Amino acid sequence: MDPIYYIYLATLLFSIGAIGVLVRRNAIIVFMSVELMLNAANLVFVAFARMNGNLDGQTVAFFVMVVAAAEVVVGLAIIVQVFRTRQSASIDEPNLLKY
Amino acid sequence: MTVMPAEGLFSLMWLLIALPLAGAAILLFTGRRSNAWGPYLGVLTVSASAVLGVLLLIEMMGLPTEDRTITQVAYQWVFIGNFSVDLAFQLDQLSMVFILLITIVGSLIHIYSLGYMAHDPDKRKFFGYLNLFVAAMLLLVMANNYLLLYVGWEGVGVASYLLIGFWQQKRSAAAAAKKAFIINRVGDVGLSLAIMLMFVTFGSVTFSDVFGSATQASEGTLTAIGLLLLLAAAGKSAQFPLQAWLLDAMEGPTPVSALIHAATMVTAGVYLIARSNVIYNNAEIAAMAVIIVALITIFMGAIIGSAKDDIKKALAGSTMSQIGYMMLAVGLGPIGYVFAIFHLLTHGVFKAGLFLGAGSVMHGMNDNVNMRRYGALRSVMVITFITFMAGYLAIIGIPPFSGFWSKDEIIHAAFERGWFIGGAAVLAAGITGFYMTRMVAMTFFGKKRWETDAHPHESPAVMTIPLIILGLGSTFLGMALLFWGDIEAWLEPVVGYESEPTPLPTSAYIGITLAFVIVGSIIGWITYARREVPIEAPHGNWLTRAARKDLYGDAVNHALVVAPTNYAARALVFFDARIVDGFVNGSAAIVGGLSGRMRRTQSGFIRSYALSMVGGAVLVLLALVLVRI
Repeated sequence: MDPIYYIYLATLLFSIGAIGVLVRRNAIIVFMSVELMLNAANLVFVAFARMNGNLDGQTVAFFVMVVAAAEVVVGLAIIVQVFRTRQSASIDEPNLLKY
Repeated sequence: MTVMPAEGLFSLMWLLIALPLAGAAILLFTGRRSNAWGPYLGVLTVSASAVLGVLLLIEMMGLPTEDRTITQVAYQWVFIGNFSVDLAFQLDQLSMVFILLITIVGSLIHIYSLGYMAHDPDKRKFFGYLNLFVAAMLLLVMANNYLLLYVGWEGVGVASYLLIGFWQQKRSAAAAAKKAFIINRVGDVGLSLAIMLMFVTFGSVTFSDVFGSATQASEGTLTAIGLLLLLAAAGKSAQFPLQAWLLDAMEGPTPVSALIHAATMVTAGVYLIARSNVIYNNAEIAAMAVIIVALITIFMGAIIGSAKDDIKKALAGSTMSQIGYMMLAVGLGPIGYVFAIFHLLTHGVFKAGLFLGAGSVMHGMNDNVNMRRYGALRSVMVITFITFMAGYLAIIGIPPFSGFWSKDEIIHAAFERGWFIGGAAVLAAGITGFYMTRMVAMTFFGKKRWETDAHPHESPAVMTIPLIILGLGSTFLGMALLFWGDIEAWLEPVVGYESEPTPLPTSAYIGITLAFVIVGSIIGWITYARREVPIEAPHGNWLTRAARKDLYGDAVNHALVVAPTNYAARALVFFDARIVDGFVNGSAAIVGGLSGRMRRTQSGFIRSYALSMVGGAVLVLLALVLVRI
């Protein structure tokens, strides 16, 4: 199969993720959308590794996964804390950090 | 003329300067605890210098004429490439007479100050400054190059500043000190430029090198040097147009006025020009400028002296006028140099005597300087009166008093140059007779016009003895120098001397001058001794009113220098506050204003941040794509 389809798929996934981040208010959903974008990037890395016939892209994909795992830990912890204090997971409500 | 190294007694010549300098250092650094013994130390150091000066004079008289220029190198001061300046002293006939004038008159004034300043809480400081002045003045006249002369020149300027402002708690004294210092700076610019020009032209600033190669320089260069030196001399010697500081300088204690602003420092300009005679002999325009400045100053000083009611300011006007005579004589060239120095010496003695006499009168009159409140003091202050009369007869030039010999020679030399210059000098001599008679009549004759609490008395012996010595000097110094000292032959190897024929015999000029002086004196006598002197100054004619205001010297300075400087300063302040600050503050305000608007984008609304990130990423992508196309 032509690897270009992977690129199309990854673009699609990234766009879904990006739109999810922009339009959804629930922090968990936004977080999932971010993960979707990360994985879209991973898919591109792997596809390019395949196209170019070397392993660099695959290695980077593993790094991204590890970083994503760490980020999930921190991000979920923050979301849980925010939920505990505000009884809400909306990302529009915590807006104190501004001008 | 050969330059001899210093041997024997001459190797001690550095002590002349070192003694008063050491005295100044001790007095100024030990502080209040030297108040008790400090003044005596000050007198001692200067007197020791005077004794050494006399010994050196005797030693020098024993030498053949051509060996009388002796130099001593104390220290190699500046050494850059092939340019070197030594801290070296030159003792010749010209510096010798100055050394004697400075140290002997200086000693007498130091002794007088023991009495005059007896009750001053800072008297050790006063004597320290006086010692500093004597040291600087000796350095000025003993330097063998212009750069070292400049050091002495500035040193006397500093001492003069410190002493005019000695009573700095008086606002007027502090202002007068600053005025003297600032106006002197204008002249000093002339001297420093002249030194630079000499260095560029001759590659050296020592007297022997400059004068040795002066004739090889172009006349334009020599004229420039001459005019710059004239500017320096005008500043230091209070000549037109830099004369305004001298009258205010009388705010200082009277011994200071006598030593610095009558006898020695103000004559430094005459010394400078007489010392640079080779330059002026080869630069006719510069010499002519000296004569013009001198003639203007002679009349300005005489007119101011005729109108002032303050005894010290009247004497200051007279000093300006008499220094004008000396400047006139140096401007005349080789026919006048000798007589300029001659008059400088006699004037140094009789004017110091007159000032100290005025100080003695003030001492008895509760420091009142207004001559309209004096009168009839001759019977209560006999010694002061007699010595003052000796100075009076000397300054107006009555034979055989010392001023007659020197001033008459200058007038004669002026007639050798032309009837106009000579006539002006004679007319000014007549005015001298008028204002000095006025001063004597208002002070010592007429009726008592004393303040009610004034109890005039004769001053203590420590003050009258210097007066007596200076009075004797006023009487006999002229004859002694002319007949016994043979001043013309003595100074001729240094400054040159030649005589030109005059249309009339010498006795005719003496007669004309004496006639003018006597007429002037009689007018003064009739106006101020025969008639009642009003206690309140009458309105007076326009010339009197102008003279009371120093012939508008301050007004002219204000209009020409002070006001434009103020305007320029204000314009610069405006430029700084509005343009420079405006630029800086304006750019800050622009940045601040923009920031105030831009921070509104920090809304705290997370999804809008995300949107701007996406927008930014899209822009970057578009840019990359567009570049590729």
